[in-house]
Amino acid sequence: MRAFLKYREIWLLAAIVVLIGLISTRFPAFADPGNLRQVFNDTSILMILALGQMVVILTRSIDLSMASNLCFTGMVVAMLNAAHPAIPIPLLIVIALAVGLVLGAINGLLVWRLNIPSIVVTLGTLTIYRGATFVLSGGAWVNADKMSPEFIGFQRAAFIGIPVLSWIAILVIALFFVLMTRTALGRSIYAIGVNPTASVYAGIDVGRTKFIVFCISGMIGGLSGYLWISRYVIASVEVANGYELNIIAACVIGGISIAGGIGSVGGAVLGALFLGIISNALPVINISPFWQMAISGSAIILAVVLNARGERQQGRIILRKVEAGT
Amino acid sequence: MTDIPAPRHIPDRLDKPLRSAIFSWEALLVVVAVAIFAINSFASPYFLDPYSLSDLTFNFTEKGLIAFAMALLIISGEIDLSVAAIIALASTMMGMAVQAGAGTPVLVAIGIVVGLGCGAFNGLLVTRLGLPSIVVTIGTMSLFRGIAFIILGDQAYKGYPSNFAFFGQGYVWWVVSFELVLFLIAAVVYWFLLHRTSFGRRVFAIGNNPVAAQFSGVRVGRTKFILFCLTGLMSGIASVLITSRLGSTRPSIAQGYELEVITMVVLGGVSILGGAGSILGVVLAAFIMGLVTFGLGLLNVPGIVMSIFIGLLLIIVIALPIVWRRLRGGR
Repeated sequence: MRAFLKYREIWLLAAIVVLIGLISTRFPAFADPGNLRQVFNDTSILMILALGQMVVILTRSIDLSMASNLCFTGMVVAMLNAAHPAIPIPLLIVIALAVGLVLGAINGLLVWRLNIPSIVVTLGTLTIYRGATFVLSGGAWVNADKMSPEFIGFQRAAFIGIPVLSWIAILVIALFFVLMTRTALGRSIYAIGVNPTASVYAGIDVGRTKFIVFCISGMIGGLSGYLWISRYVIASVEVANGYELNIIAACVIGGISIAGGIGSVGGAVLGALFLGIISNALPVINISPFWQMAISGSAIILAVVLNARGERQQGRIILRKVEAGT
Repeated sequence: MTDIPAPRHIPDRLDKPLRSAIFSWEALLVVVAVAIFAINSFASPYFLDPYSLSDLTFNFTEKGLIAFAMALLIISGEIDLSVAAIIALASTMMGMAVQAGAGTPVLVAIGIVVGLGCGAFNGLLVTRLGLPSIVVTIGTMSLFRGIAFIILGDQAYKGYPSNFAFFGQGYVWWVVSFELVLFLIAAVVYWFLLHRTSFGRRVFAIGNNPVAAQFSGVRVGRTKFILFCLTGLMSGIASVLITSRLGSTRPSIAQGYELEVITMVVLGGVSILGGAGSILGVVLAAFIMGLVTFGLGLLNVPGIVMSIFIGLLLIIVIALPIVWRRLRGGR
């Protein structure tokens, strides 16, 4: 039991249950299964994005370009759909994944081959990808009336009582769970975050693994691009502006250490859900939505204060520079 | 046998032959700046007008002021993503004071004190609780701007006193704006602080190896705390300038400035990993970013496309020396 309580996910889950309890004292219908399913669906995209960001953060890197990638890829699929409504949705999703992969691979190559810190690379591509969206669209919007009904309806279709969007989120969560706990790549990702130098000696190609990690976050950004655009049915340059920090916030609340090596799929999902519940609950309990930003800011600070106690450095780094020689 | 070992000569500072000066980061930035300046002068006939050039400076002075303090902070191995949010909160507080009938000196004092207070809050969280600054300041970024949103909602504060407009719109002499003078003074002050004082040496020492610095008697926590306060202070000053220039306050004021400031610092040759950098580089980077955005603006290039150039500039300027070394090193 004590070992069980050491998992921070349990504490986060408890915090979420308490939060839902508090909200339902003021608005009882909030805790209805139907409403909670709605909250899950609303948070799906953030959960997917947080998982993509998680694998990057675990390797001591960061991807600030995810929201811009989302914006660009979303514009690509929206324009494709507007021009060729005949393209089936599954193919569009594959295209979104491919475009996202290319953008992620650019980040990954710069980090891997040129050894530029990821925060610098993605700070640059953050503005480049969003600017490229403008160049691509000429500043025009793609509105709902230009999108085909299938494009908009795909994620809303119910399958066994749950919208497809939620199913996609569940599928992505399952895939990441398998990746992180059942594959060699998942172990390498953790190993690099815990100790890059030791990973090199253990035969892990640190640079290549980081490249793969950025490819994963790129594909997630691309997938979310389609999901976001078809959910909010407008594609513009302003889509998800500044959202990269929400994604990182979800990860931080989920207990993923920005120093790398610590974090889990469950944590990322719960961190995103925590933010999702807050944003869904504020309107129904009559708190101005303008409070949301300050509340999530406080939640981030509180989460990092609580998490910091659990991740005091246990080992000492003796050799530092070897990791650069990939 | 005269086997006496030669007395070791430890130079006060490393010799800097001309060669290393030519291949320095600052030299590269000067070349880039001159090139952009030349291209601009050819591309638009309006560029070389003194009044145009004066307008140009408004593009970087406010962000540049923050970039100096941010440079020191990044050299020490920390970062502050909340600077733009501090601007918003300080501006909101000034707006509230205006509604209460405060005069210009009080407004300026409020802007600076709020900035300093926010910086101290960041500094306390990072140094006292030992938290990673990137996460702390993502949190305080939401918190500070969130408070501005709670106070203002979708409203705006207006009605600043007319003599308050001087800070953001006034000229000291001919086309030399107050903002530019402040920027240049700050550049000299920060250059002196970083490159000519023991405080500056401590900042470098902490950035290179915080543990060794601690064992050498540097008070790492206190130094970092001071740096966070300085960054907050500069954000407060920038808030006064921006509020004065715009003459109004919205909670979305200065949105996205934090990334531009960091871009400026990194472009200026400050290592994002800490331990290296110079104020001269940051000054040059500020000029370059101002030149690029203003030159493209004269050519009617939309702001969002300019950001592509800034992003490309950032990556290319960082990547160039690395590629160059690879090619010469034959790796």
